[in-house]
Amino acid sequence: MSVEVTMNEVTKELLKEVSDYKGEFKGAFNIREDGQCVGRQNSENIKIESKEDGSGIEVHIAPDTQGERVYIPACITRSKVSDLVYNDFFVGDGADVIIIAGCGIHTDNEGEAKHNGIHRFFLGKGSHVLYQEKHLGKGRRLDAFRRIDPVTDAVLSEDSCLEMDTVQLGGVDSTVRKTTAKLEKGARLLVRERIMTDGEDRAETDFYVEMNGEDSAVDLVSRSVAKGDSYQEFKSVIVGNEKCKGHSECDAILVGNGRVKALPALEAANLDAELVHEAAIGKIAGEQIIKLKTLGLTEEEAEEKIISGFLK
Amino acid sequence: MLELEHIAWDTPEGENIIHDISLNIEEGRLAVITGPNGGGKTTTAKLIAGLITPASGKIYFDGQDITDMDITARANAGIAYAFQQPVRFKGLSVRDILELSAGRELNEGELCGLLGKVGLCANDYIDRELNAGLSGGEMKRIEIATVLARDAKLSVFDEPEAGIDLWSFSKLVEAFKEIQKEKRGTLLIISHQERILEIADEIIVVAKGRVRAAGAREEILPSLLKDEMSNMCPLDKG
Repeated sequence: MSVEVTMNEVTKELLKEVSDYKGEFKGAFNIREDGQCVGRQNSENIKIESKEDGSGIEVHIAPDTQGERVYIPACITRSKVSDLVYNDFFVGDGADVIIIAGCGIHTDNEGEAKHNGIHRFFLGKGSHVLYQEKHLGKGRRLDAFRRIDPVTDAVLSEDSCLEMDTVQLGGVDSTVRKTTAKLEKGARLLVRERIMTDGEDRAETDFYVEMNGEDSAVDLVSRSVAKGDSYQEFKSVIVGNEKCKGHSECDAILVGNGRVKALPALEAANLDAELVHEAAIGKIAGEQIIKLKTLGLTEEEAEEKIISGFLK
Repeated sequence: MLELEHIAWDTPEGENIIHDISLNIEEGRLAVITGPNGGGKTTTAKLIAGLITPASGKIYFDGQDITDMDITARANAGIAYAFQQPVRFKGLSVRDILELSAGRELNEGELCGLLGKVGLCANDYIDRELNAGLSGGEMKRIEIATVLARDAKLSVFDEPEAGIDLWSFSKLVEAFKEIQKEKRGTLLIISHQERILEIADEIIVVAKGRVRAAGAREEILPSLLKDEMSNMCPLDKG
């Protein structure tokens, strides 16, 4: 069932960082390099197929599949590449799987390198998906411009659960991340987002979640650190159309001249919709640094420890 | 091993909080600083740990002048300090802070031992974040455990009893007695608790920014208790 994987060395290095690659992937995978598929493998329960129009892939996960992993990393290894891909995930009823998507851009020459991954998730009844996504930009030239703009649209059927764990800890000059989700009865969406920007980076993240089914729930936690002269924008709209629970939390730490704008919104259209938002933006608390200094850390070590813990 | 020589300190607004404090604590002793609220006890602890710097006077630790040393240098010289109000950290776990305190990785047995001394079960706590999910009493006990983890030459505890339940407090008193008995380090505890005063080798009474009285427990404690019984302020008589 396995096929030849023909990816280059830069991709291999990127995959180690964004997809926990250790020489091979166990289970189903589809590796995308500079806009082309360079390796694919199916498993008994997970089938990956190219879309007929060639715009991306469809991942079909059989009902009741348990504990399997699917890797769908995308890497860009040179500049002047603009990659746009549509990936659809059809998760069968009762399946419980981990989907690992990573995007790495490594460019050493000038010009823009861009990856847009448009992901659509259709979760069957009672299914559970842990979706892990790590974004990373690397390379020597300062005038290279690395851009990752992911779009995620999810439809969660009755009693299904989607956990999104997304990380972008540097090297991406610009990112606009859009996520929408529609939740049916008893469905749950859990989001853990961590973003760090530095220099002139700019990151925007935009959530729109509709809870249309009774007892559906969303918990959205975003933690970010804006360093240097970077700018981040957090937008979230949580709509409760039925008896449901929604919680969003946006915490941001500013370092240097970093700027963060948080625009949380809640919309309740049912008396039993319980919606809560928390937001806090500020520098590292002085007392946290003092506490770590009393343990023998220098100010720089204390700051680093606080930030790495915050984004863990 | 710790000597304060005519220490004075003013707030940034110019208010004089510490007028003139001199004290001397010998190695391996358990000294308790007590006195009325607002008398300068916490300020004295902060001056020792380096959180604030005296306007005048000298601080010696292990024979070395540490007056101008910053917090990190004092910590590395062997001074540990338990905050009266513990600090919360989003993202750092109980294990993280205890390992940072110890300066190395700790195994389950060591974590269990440290947290047990403050009445916490390691299994329930090591992976918990030091965030708002922990109560004030839990945070306080973890704060004390961070100082016990350091195994420092001098450990300063600022009102360790505050916010702790009776059972955990008893365990804590036992932990202090153990350090005292094994001479594992010098302890300086700021406290109003009779049970802490009762295990002190020395008691220092600080009021209005000065040392009112200092000496062996046998000498100081009876007069403190007697004055308390008479329902008068024992510390304000000059």
